Amino acid sequence: MTSSPSFAGRNARRFKAPSVIPGFGLTFGFTLLYLGLIVLFPLAALVWRSSELGFSGLYAVATEPRVAAALRTTFFISLAAAVIDLVFGLIVAWVLTRYTFPGRRVLDAFVDLPFALPTAVAGISLAALYAPNGWFGAPLADVDVKIAYTRWGILVALVFIGLPFVVRTVQPIISELEIELEEASATLGATRFQTVARVLLPPLVPALLTGFALAFARGVGEYGSVIFISGNIAYVSEIAPLLIVVKLEQYDYAGATGVATIMLAISFFALLLINLIQAWSRKRFGHV
Amino acid sequence: MLNGKGKRGSLLRVSTIAGVILGFLGGIPAHADQTLLNVSYDPTRELYKQINPAFAADWKARTGETIEIQNSHGGSGAQARAVIDGLAADVVTLALAADIDAIATKSGKIPADWQKRRPNNSAPYTSAIVFLVRKGNPKGIKDWDDLAKPGVAVITPNPKTSGGARWNFLGAWGYGLKKFNGDEAKTKALVSAIYKNAPVLDTGARGSTITFAQRGMGDVLIAWENEAFLALKEFGADKYEIVAPKFSILAEPPVSVVDGNVDAKGTRKLAEAYLDFLYTPKAQAIIAKNFYRPAHPNEAAKEDVKQFPKIEFITIDKNFGGWASAQKKFFADGGVFDEIQKQEPAK
Repeated sequence: MTSSPSFAGRNARRFKAPSVIPGFGLTFGFTLLYLGLIVLFPLAALVWRSSELGFSGLYAVATEPRVAAALRTTFFISLAAAVIDLVFGLIVAWVLTRYTFPGRRVLDAFVDLPFALPTAVAGISLAALYAPNGWFGAPLADVDVKIAYTRWGILVALVFIGLPFVVRTVQPIISELEIELEEASATLGATRFQTVARVLLPPLVPALLTGFALAFARGVGEYGSVIFISGNIAYVSEIAPLLIVVKLEQYDYAGATGVATIMLAISFFALLLINLIQAWSRKRFGHV
Repeated sequence: MLNGKGKRGSLLRVSTIAGVILGFLGGIPAHADQTLLNVSYDPTRELYKQINPAFAADWKARTGETIEIQNSHGGSGAQARAVIDGLAADVVTLALAADIDAIATKSGKIPADWQKRRPNNSAPYTSAIVFLVRKGNPKGIKDWDDLAKPGVAVITPNPKTSGGARWNFLGAWGYGLKKFNGDEAKTKALVSAIYKNAPVLDTGARGSTITFAQRGMGDVLIAWENEAFLALKEFGADKYEIVAPKFSILAEPPVSVVDGNVDAKGTRKLAEAYLDFLYTPKAQAIIAKNFYRPAHPNEAAKEDVKQFPKIEFITIDKNFGGWASAQKKFFADGGVFDEIQKQEPAK
């Protein structure tokens, strides 16, 4: 079928021709309404509440040393955790997809547990493990390594909750990669490293970046698991979401939404940047 | 394909399921004549679990009405915010007068002079700030001074997020003022030294208790007396002991009716009776059993009252000019506590 006349004109540039199944208008309207009500409206309310502060007020909140320290802690540790998840998530996804071994399905199911677990439970369990008297914490304390109640504790919590995002976004792409490509690469004389770097990784890059972005975003917003293991010492291991709670605790709604708006802005630009890299890599390496 | 009978059958099933779900969502038994919502803070969970049935029985005996009391627990400040934002609490029983003051000023649902409406500053029970140490007291902790010594790890929640923790802070501050004859600079140095010894600042009092008792962190936990007794009961009196400083602050968790809500719901009589009940011998006995200091100690069981050590108390009203001024001076942004934390070296 050719596209209907109304889409042949000016609008063709804006809308792709709809599928043969009718109902585009209805579903499009529903999508807009739903996203508007569930996502955009609350975010707009947040920004609107923080607008009481004005730009100078927002700037003052962001540059307040304690807030600045907490924002640095939150974003840098989230970034580090997302990088770790990127590397190890890829390995986990590869092993779970490419090899068969007894208990594979069970292991595969375990990957999702951090999704389902209430974050406070994760935080309490991790703190129990890594505390100086815990199973991991006690031997580490003997060699003078402290994890719980330091910044390392935050990293451990964020790595834990971020892992499934990378595994689950990369897994379907790995299962679509044809083994013949590797075999062809090997028979054409490529080294193992060349096969990995030139044949296997490029098509995985967009999915890896998506997983990375999701893990990063989740880490930035994480509260429950972190507050139990970080120690919450100001200027050292205090995260920005905790400062929002601190401000609410003083009935400082404007200040709390101010910090939230700043986090939203930073996250937005970070995700935008990742999206741009993703678009570029899609163009560069093409779809799988 | 469904025939008529099948359709009716499935309709019946659907409506049964819907009924069950609605029943679950409703949650309230249909036979209660009135329901009352008590919005409280975290560590009173065990206390009100025993108070509520006692009051319900008392009310039934007096009026013949069956009532249902619901309790909501959470951080004191978060609970106050929920009431300000519209949670239909009939009564609030919070950790600090400051939180009820906030409801009064921000929602207008409670008159400003609420604290004068009931005896003992509207606090039917009080508590003390004490120290919980490991058995045998290996670091020899006796008083607030000892918490500031190098090498002593102090566990206390964060006063910025925990209402209860603000009493801890003011206990240390009050001690300093007394010791240094009102010298604020020396007091501040002492209190900073105590907070420098804190490797963890949990967001709530229960979190700190767990950090100290279960994770084995720290040498001393600054705690409410009722939490300290509860920790002994929970984790074993063979592992910990309570050290009462000679001098401490009297923690007065107050109660109030939320006038705006009870007038709208028509539950004022019930709500007032509920709070008055807290001062009766029956309730005072339950209060002492749950390790709170009863407002009328002669009405509680003797052996329960005997367990509370003798402490010389300062109070928020006499020594700090009430919560409004203490809150502003110590815990608001840029206040004394923020200054103390700023001195932490950035690691």
